[in-house]
Amino acid sequence: MNQTSISGIVKADGEDPRFRAGDRVAISNRFPIGHYRVPLYIRGKTAMVEAVIGSPRVNNEEEGFGRNAGMKQHYYRLAIPLAELWADYMGSANDGLRIEVSESWLERR
Amino acid sequence: MHIHDHTPIVGPDDAPSYYEVMETAVRKLLIEKQLIGPDEIRRQIEVLDSRTPALGAKVIAKAWLDPEFRARLIANGRRACEELGITFYDDTELIVLENTDKIHNLIVCTLCSCYPRPVLGLPPDWYKLKPYRARAVKEPRKVLAEFGTPIDDDVEIRVSDSTSAVRYLVLPQRPPGTEKFTEEELASLVTRDAMIGVTKVSTERRNIQ
Repeated sequence: MNQTSISGIVKADGEDPRFRAGDRVAISNRFPIGHYRVPLYIRGKTAMVEAVIGSPRVNNEEEGFGRNAGMKQHYYRLAIPLAELWADYMGSANDGLRIEVSESWLERR
Repeated sequence: MHIHDHTPIVGPDDAPSYYEVMETAVRKLLIEKQLIGPDEIRRQIEVLDSRTPALGAKVIAKAWLDPEFRARLIANGRRACEELGITFYDDTELIVLENTDKIHNLIVCTLCSCYPRPVLGLPPDWYKLKPYRARAVKEPRKVLAEFGTPIDDDVEIRVSDSTSAVRYLVLPQRPPGTEKFTEEELASLVTRDAMIGVTKVSTERRNIQ
């Protein structure tokens, strides 16, 4: 598609993904009480965005409390070298983790 | 005269566990309040029972034989499986991870037991237990070696941890010597463990049909 888009259209917050492939991000290091889909072992780590996965999804962390209206957000496939996760990692320096994390847990690096 | 007793290995009247009692209580409440009926529960069990590793094996065999399907499968796993009639009743996405000479993929769910159920059915018990979940992300090479799958140092290991809406399926390498195999013959080689990434596909390891 190379048609020019109409100018002057303002998008709502969250309509476009904040990050794209190749961006460096930090995963929040917070510990809220409740149902969270971010494992402890990656909190506070930095990662590279490998891909934006599909279209926005209902934020299942809010859905877990029965709230789902207007709660869609983007989520990402992140790459983190295993040697950065575990100081004593035994294995190739190329070995890595891939994990999906939703936008509300990511900060730009 | 025989001297062994006839006590069954698992007693039929073992007391149900805490979670079994809770599941029964919640199910009965849901039925009593007419939120779901027994037919819906049975239907869901039938849905799950219809999903087995044989489906995933067909997907892999087709990908080995049909480069265009393989490309679509890697671009969007869910949509390519849907082409074959495999529905995603749990509304998950599917990312298909291609093993190559340089990359070996392994899947895990460290938080619980997320698994590509629409294409593989129920996960094996070890996949749901803490030793595998904790060790797959921390010492994957050791875990793989224990499964009989040592990986060369110059091969990159990628561990994919599913945390919420995405499921993963490993596309194993097609073994040498299978050039003349039919799609059915190829599918018979593809095991559940190979699609999780803990083993490779081998002509010596066939599914028991």
